[in-house]
Amino acid sequence: MSRGASALRRHAPVFAALGDETRLSLVAKLCDAAPCSITRLAAGSRITRQAVTKHLRVLEGAGIVRGVRSGRQVLFELDPAPLEAVRDYLSQVSRQWDVLLSRLKDFVER
Amino acid sequence: MNDRIEKQVELKAPVPRVWRAIADPAEFGAWFRVKFLDPFAPGKRVRGTMTYPGYEGMALEIVIRKIEPETLFSFTWHPYAVDPKLDTSKETPTLVEFRLQKSGTGTLLTVVESGFGQLPPGPRALEAFRMNEGGWTEQMKNVGAYVAGS
Repeated sequence: MSRGASALRRHAPVFAALGDETRLSLVAKLCDAAPCSITRLAAGSRITRQAVTKHLRVLEGAGIVRGVRSGRQVLFELDPAPLEAVRDYLSQVSRQWDVLLSRLKDFVER
Repeated sequence: MNDRIEKQVELKAPVPRVWRAIADPAEFGAWFRVKFLDPFAPGKRVRGTMTYPGYEGMALEIVIRKIEPETLFSFTWHPYAVDPKLDTSKETPTLVEFRLQKSGTGTLLTVVESGFGQLPPGPRALEAFRMNEGGWTEQMKNVGAYVAGS
């Protein structure tokens, strides 16, 4: 019941940013690889470089991805911290339900 | 990443018994540790106060969505609405659904909480709430002891 408002609010933009299949696929690619250029992220998919750029901006805005300058190009890399924070938050909510449901179980089975 | 939590639990009690424990405000409140001040009805805003030791008297509010006897009970809530200084009226709540199914041993209960991703970003100025974040661990320990001892 008391989950921490600030935690929830902090995570909301991360959830929102991940609520899109294209962005999730970009995150997955960045999880597997070293920092990537936009060209490389767009390669082998039907997404245009423009679309990749747009989605990367959203991910960047949520702090999930950051651009790093490398010579003349910008490479994008994942910042795992916000993803881990969201995962921790959800597991906290999950544990809370475990506790509530064990109380319910006890309540109806006695 | 999934923005929903889904839980399933097998209860050794018949569906009507489990339904009552969820759809009756007094019974729901007994295991949820909340005293509800209003009856449950679809669309109704239900106020309550927490009865959990250490949190007694804290306000809690849920809005009942669906009541389909012995099948589905759902409500929305603001998981952090217990802070009276916070105006949550403009915030998108999360949705909690309880689904009941008859099973071999009694009742299969599925609980889903969803909608975390729809919460708009906002300021983090909720100092009053911070201590509750830390308090949760303590609460978990207490409940663990309670469940283990019963």
